Amino acid sequence: MAQNTRTVPAGTPTNVTQKHNKGGIGESTLRPDGTLKVTGEFAYSSDMWHEDMLWGQTLRSTVAHAEIVSIDISEALALPGVYSVLTYDDLPAEMKNYGLEIQDTPVLAHGRVRHHGEPVALVAADHPETARRAAAKIKIDYRELPLVTDEASALAPDAPLIHEGRDDHHIGHVPHPNIVHRQPIIRGNVEEARKRADVIVEGEYTFGMQDQAFLGPESGLAVPAEDGGVDLYVATQWLHSDLDQIAPVLGLPKEKVRMTLSGVGGAFGGREDISMQIHACLLALATNKPVKIVYNRFESFFGHVHRHPAKLYYEHGATKDGKITHMKCKIVLDGGAYASASPAVVGNASSLSVGPYVIDDVDIEAIALYSNNPPCGAMRGFGAVQACFAYEAQMDKLAAKLGMDPVEFRQLNAMEQGTIMPTGQVVDSPAPVAELLRRVKARPMPPEQQWVTAGEQADVRALPGGLSNTTHGEGVVRGVGYAVGIKNVGFSEGFDDYSTARVRLEVINGEPVAMVHTAMAEVGQGGVTVHAQIARTELGVTQVTIHPADTQVGSAGSTSASRQTYMTGGAVKNTCEKVREAVLEIGRRKFGSYHPAWATAELLLENGKVVTDGGEVLADLADVLEGEAVDQEHEFRHRPTVAFDLVTGQGDGHVQYTFAAHRAVVEVDTELGLVKVIELATAQDVGKALNMLSVVGQIQGGTTQGLGVAVMEEIIVDPKTAKVRNPSFTDYLIPTILDTPTIPVDVLELADPNAPYGLRGLGEAPTLSSTPAVLAAIRNATGLELNKTPVRPEALTGTL
Amino acid sequence: MRVNFTVNGRPQEADDVWEGESLLYVLRERMGLPGSKNACEQGECGSCTVRLDGVPVCSCLVAAGQVEGREVVTVEGLADYSQHREDAHPGGACGTGGCGTSLDSAKKWQAKPADSQTGEAGSDPLALSPIQQAFIDAGAVQCGFCTPGLLIAADELLERQSDPSDQDIREALSGNLCRCTGYEKILDAVRLAAARQGEAV
Ligand code: FES
Ligand code: FES
Repeated sequence: MAQNTRTVPAGTPTNVTQKHNKGGIGESTLRPDGTLKVTGEFAYSSDMWHEDMLWGQTLRSTVAHAEIVSIDISEALALPGVYSVLTYDDLPAEMKNYGLEIQDTPVLAHGRVRHHGEPVALVAADHPETARRAAAKIKIDYRELPLVTDEASALAPDAPLIHEGRDDHHIGHVPHPNIVHRQPIIRGNVEEARKRADVIVEGEYTFGMQDQAFLGPESGLAVPAEDGGVDLYVATQWLHSDLDQIAPVLGLPKEKVRMTLSGVGGAFGGREDISMQIHACLLALATNKPVKIVYNRFESFFGHVHRHPAKLYYEHGATKDGKITHMKCKIVLDGGAYASASPAVVGNASSLSVGPYVIDDVDIEAIALYSNNPPCGAMRGFGAVQACFAYEAQMDKLAAKLGMDPVEFRQLNAMEQGTIMPTGQVVDSPAPVAELLRRVKARPMPPEQQWVTAGEQADVRALPGGLSNTTHGEGVVRGVGYAVGIKNVGFSEGFDDYSTARVRLEVINGEPVAMVHTAMAEVGQGGVTVHAQIARTELGVTQVTIHPADTQVGSAGSTSASRQTYMTGGAVKNTCEKVREAVLEIGRRKFGSYHPAWATAELLLENGKVVTDGGEVLADLADVLEGEAVDQEHEFRHRPTVAFDLVTGQGDGHVQYTFAAHRAVVEVDTELGLVKVIELATAQDVGKALNMLSVVGQIQGGTTQGLGVAVMEEIIVDPKTAKVRNPSFTDYLIPTILDTPTIPVDVLELADPNAPYGLRGLGEAPTLSSTPAVLAAIRNATGLELNKTPVRPEALTGTL
Repeated sequence: MRVNFTVNGRPQEADDVWEGESLLYVLRERMGLPGSKNACEQGECGSCTVRLDGVPVCSCLVAAGQVEGREVVTVEGLADYSQHREDAHPGGACGTGGCGTSLDSAKKWQAKPADSQTGEAGSDPLALSPIQQAFIDAGAVQCGFCTPGLLIAADELLERQSDPSDQDIREALSGNLCRCTGYEKILDAVRLAAARQGEAV
């Protein structure tokens, strides 16, 4: 079992406004959708069904960069059972592109395709197989164009431009039109600081393209409505952002596109961009029939953006006594054919490129390229992951060169509350970096040679290679590695990041019931659990119902950037406070004359009653409300941030920081190059754990995704053709239960005074440091340099 | 073609089945049983796992025609199946099978308060099999997309082996991918179900 400790230092404010009720915040209440999910009744987006519905299918480009000479749909249309075939020419509105920040992504390719798997045409038919066959009958004549596949080919003087005539707001300050965005950060004086360095280490690191690989495929159902609009049931991370992009290309006002969240089978950033949403709506409107689209796994690999692969060039210096003098880095992210979230990823990668360390003199540059590779965008950790992989390798190199213990070296340079970030921002809440490292280091080591059981017989299942029985332990060596990372929470750089909640309190059958309505996407993270806990805590009720998420209430923002508990949780909390005030106001009006405490005391709602802070009961909620319902809707905003200066990178760009540390223990079969991760101990500061069961689950899940990228996960793009080589779960490997070790979790709760309940966003941080910790452990076991993810057997056996 | 088989103890007949359709497709799209999930349709993830004459299989790899005359248990029938485990042929009433998810009911989904209370979780504990209850209690469900397949596989393990070691659990569940949980809580859930079964005996 995972060991969970929980530490709340004395005197730490957690600004909880109410005592807990049963199932209130801080308790490990269970998921309200759990029963439905274990009985198979929970309706995921791919489960939607409508009488008379059609199946939609996308035809995608088979080449990465080409001019479309002609498209012939006649044979496809003639197939019995086919209702509609759509191409670019059929798009109904003037707006034909969409995009999160830059509208550069065509709904259907127009004249040119820019990456392998780009959508070119759509089919609706009465059976999914008919739709697939029809799509296969569409004839497209491509004239291939020269490819842009890396930094050199993107920035060459005669490089083909991925987007000609760019007019977005980044074009004015990028040195080349094939650069989406560039963010330098200059602080102090690196040249001067370098003179103080006794040792200097350099490194060049390569981070492979990772996929979110959520299990629930992209899918949804669009139902044409009588008013000419459309109702869309879909799995997404942000309903309102989708809506903003869908309505213009359909040529419909937003009120006529009504969206409801259907069950989401994981997201991890991969549902932040539009996938099948617009296509399903177009087909539904064209056929006037409900249309369902469900990607298969192959298409899913083309249907969403991936984590940016990156090249990172780092230089660090340190003095003999172990103080880091300076850092220089250049981070090159490959954004692929369309911008997606690349500009924001650049902002994160640059501003978090120093890691959780105090370094006064830095010279940083991060860029994202346009290329003909698959588009990249949001994935758990968002730009901070790639940087953490590189700076943590650098920390180990520096420590080794100085002959210091890698953990002590990190602790010596660890940032803390009050540290100034390279952007000039002061870290104004706890930053327990040294303590997190101490905790993972202090944990007892897992036993050596676990494969040796009572007798002489080895249990091969515990060895690298497992049941394939490749070794009995002869060439197996153990290694231990450490890493720690820093991630920002919420949307940064001046983004108007807000969330909306509607809360209704009424008495039903004599019992007060709260209804919480938000547009938050529950993607598995447990927001629905936490919202109910917050409402119970704030309103003193036990019965809370969570309304389905839809666009009938204001935006909740995205379920990403570790922000939802902070933001929508904050919105629910604040709205509940407003509801409470309104309830007390009614109470004062009705009963104020009976007891002076109504006017003088601090009043609370507890156990369905109005009580004074001294515990005296003034009234039952049922009597206060009677037939009345109190209904409030409010927006919640975090403190404002500003964009980083485009030349110096200075500015208070982030809302909150969050930290996690890992210790990885690995065993490597050096003969075959097989790695078994034995344990991945984690320590994380979560500010305040609203639900420890969910917190630990998030940390273990995030840790496992970091483990995946360390040893197996990579989308392989052929450098000669820019085609994806492994779009399947046969060839793109994600960790199984055999690949995943025990993940003991140690949770700290050092409240952030600025955050609701003192909490810290927590979903992403564990994904950062788990990768470099595993890499460090493998290096420790083998003595190899290993500067690339994932570590493949050939890298360990020297047979590359 | 027409296919006759038993699903969750109830005889079923599927008409106009195209030769290439998988058992998974027939269950999900023709029988209205979407509990078995379609995560890869390549036999790689285990989300579609059902029991075919008692043996766990990836229903996406089974051609619909292959199940003629045979017995299938899906997650929708798991609770009932586990209650009738001693019978070679679990028959009679299907607890929740055959209901599917119509758009109307999907639209009306709301998180109900009763499920989220600590301790006495679930509406009616009798309605769930021990492994289902353990998955909820241990926090082994996040997005839940992997859950139906894992439940079928774990239930079959516990049927064979009442007190599995961690290595046994890992081996039995190695064909089921989960992207959310990191598996630790899934291990917890199987251990919990095994322990509860042990107590009950
Ligand atoms: S859907 Fe059948 S194994 Fe993945
Ligand atoms: S895949 Fe989401 S809970 Fe397993």
